[in-house]
Amino acid sequence: MATLSFERKYRVRGGTLIGGDLFDFWFGPFYVGFFGVTTIIFSVLGTALLVWGAAMGPTWNLWQISIAPPDLSYGLKFAPLAEGGLWQLVTICAIGAFLSWALRQAEISRKLGMGMHIPWAYGAAVLAYVTLVVFRPMLLGAWGHGFPYGIFSHLDWVSNVGYQYLHFHYNPAHMIAITFFFTNCLALAMHGSLILSVTNPKKGEPVKTSEHENVFFRDLVGYSIGAIGIHRLGLFLAMSASIWSAICIIISGPFWTKGWPEWWSWWLNLPIWPGV
Amino acid sequence: MLEYQNLFTRVQVRHAPDPGLPVRMGLTGARYGKGFFLSLAGRIGDAQVGPIYLGWAGILSLITGFIAFEIIGLNMWASVDWDPVQFIRMLPWLALEPPSPAYGLSLPPLNEGGWYLMAGFFLTVSILLWWVRTYLRARALGMGTHLPWAFASAIFLYLSFFFQPLLVGSWSEMVPFGIFPHLDWTSAFSIRYGNLYYNPFHALSIVFLYGSAVLFAMHGATILAVARMGGEREIEQITDRGTAAERSMLFWRWTMGFNATMESIHRWAWWFAVLTTFTGGIGILLTGTVVDNWYLWGQKHGLVASYPAQNTLTPEQQELLRGRYQGSTPDSFPSYLAPTAAAAPIMDSMMTDSAAVDSTAVDSTAVDSTAAAASTATDSTTSTPGMTP
Repeated sequence: MATLSFERKYRVRGGTLIGGDLFDFWFGPFYVGFFGVTTIIFSVLGTALLVWGAAMGPTWNLWQISIAPPDLSYGLKFAPLAEGGLWQLVTICAIGAFLSWALRQAEISRKLGMGMHIPWAYGAAVLAYVTLVVFRPMLLGAWGHGFPYGIFSHLDWVSNVGYQYLHFHYNPAHMIAITFFFTNCLALAMHGSLILSVTNPKKGEPVKTSEHENVFFRDLVGYSIGAIGIHRLGLFLAMSASIWSAICIIISGPFWTKGWPEWWSWWLNLPIWPGV
Repeated sequence: MLEYQNLFTRVQVRHAPDPGLPVRMGLTGARYGKGFFLSLAGRIGDAQVGPIYLGWAGILSLITGFIAFEIIGLNMWASVDWDPVQFIRMLPWLALEPPSPAYGLSLPPLNEGGWYLMAGFFLTVSILLWWVRTYLRARALGMGTHLPWAFASAIFLYLSFFFQPLLVGSWSEMVPFGIFPHLDWTSAFSIRYGNLYYNPFHALSIVFLYGSAVLFAMHGATILAVARMGGEREIEQITDRGTAAERSMLFWRWTMGFNATMESIHRWAWWFAVLTTFTGGIGILLTGTVVDNWYLWGQKHGLVASYPAQNTLTPEQQELLRGRYQGSTPDSFPSYLAPTAAAAPIMDSMMTDSAAVDSTAVDSTAVDSTAAAASTATDSTTSTPGMTP
């Protein structure tokens, strides 16, 4: 039904981190496992809370629904449900679901005899989220510094927080994060293109070899990173983009409160410049 | 818990450098160098560097690119009176700026934007020639042309920064050359057109940019995780599926109920990367041409909540929020265009309200020029450029 032709021989017991054989089964194409159960609980509860928040809110317009964090006056305390408490519960559910998902990936990796690269890579994205809604608000002393859960309201948050530091593009960690995002996109385009172009060659030509891959990039730019290297590079670029995003926001507020353009005055005031 | 993770290459094999597959060398092109090894590069990827192919397209691309680079660099150096120390010190702030709005689409003198247009011309020629190079190299090896077409999508985004100014009728809209100045342009452009976050194509572009990071993290991690089964030999896994491909497919099927194949994951990758720049280019082309204030556009189409009641604007006041073309001088972030004489009274009533709390009004020259232009403006066109004296 939902199994691929070769799937049956891989569906074996074992590899679980917790619960032994208790949840070691599949539901349709999904593997369940202990962390599948916790993922379902956290995500269903969190989604239901979001819908409840939308029902209490002023609109059912999908673009405008927004579940806001508590007012800054609540500090790091729990807020009443209708005044940000929902946001706090949703955040707990989201973190629970994300961590469950990562551990589920670890269990499935173990079951298939694979390395742990995927849960670690996913962990970088979770780190960025937790930095935004937990670490930074805690350092700043109020949950109100988290971002609201809404499609356009979270963009407003990004825009407003950016301009609180006058011009966020001058944040050096933001520069590094964007550079990683752009480079990642470039490398992904190059890798995807290369594999497609050797396996889908000119009409009438046989499928090309890995030698063609290497020679193409050596001819073009003088270097080919190779089949294993491009996947290491891609993983590094993608994880770095996420990690530097986390860094760029955690330093904004807790460690630097002025405009980011001003930060660069250290360069202008270095003692190496004659006459400064 | 120590496990096999295959993050670095521990043992490197050395042999004679691979000279590359024989290809038909044209009259104008050949492979140069024999290739050499860098063991540091070999830790992560292939240790061999070179040889490199040089043909007419590549050489002309390098030459025109070098000319553009020199025009930009020498103009920056000239802007600090050829002082080498100040050139290094001020480099992140230095710029080669586009012509001022007063020139519209006409040709300005060299030091008032002419050099800028020339640098842009040579850079564009260089990029287009590099595209020809990618196409010719792919065809010379009998490969598909997926890479040139992906590159073309990036070039489309680059060219939309040329076509958008053309459509709104002013070179001054173009992106300055310079490290901080191009960042200033990004913010100024966003603010001028009512916050680009409400531009749905900007949103799509970011979705694909982040999606590209997600995809490469997923794909890179998956392949590394099955590398001990030979997962990185993707061509072999595509043409004759092995256990590495089967496990990586089942991983995602069991995790999220859906999986790509060893080939189709690269189609996902190609489309996400290509659509990042393609949707971005559409977003730029629509800005200032079809939509002149993305926030008001978002309100009109129900994307964003209305202003809070205490900030309600009259239609006349909303008119003033429409984007207008203005020059971007290096210190003009986020400067403001002088209102026309007819609009001045309404503008005053808006300014008095917000001036008290407006902490971003730190640019005194922009405020001065606003006042000066407001008192002297006599025509009622909205394209009056607000130039700093």
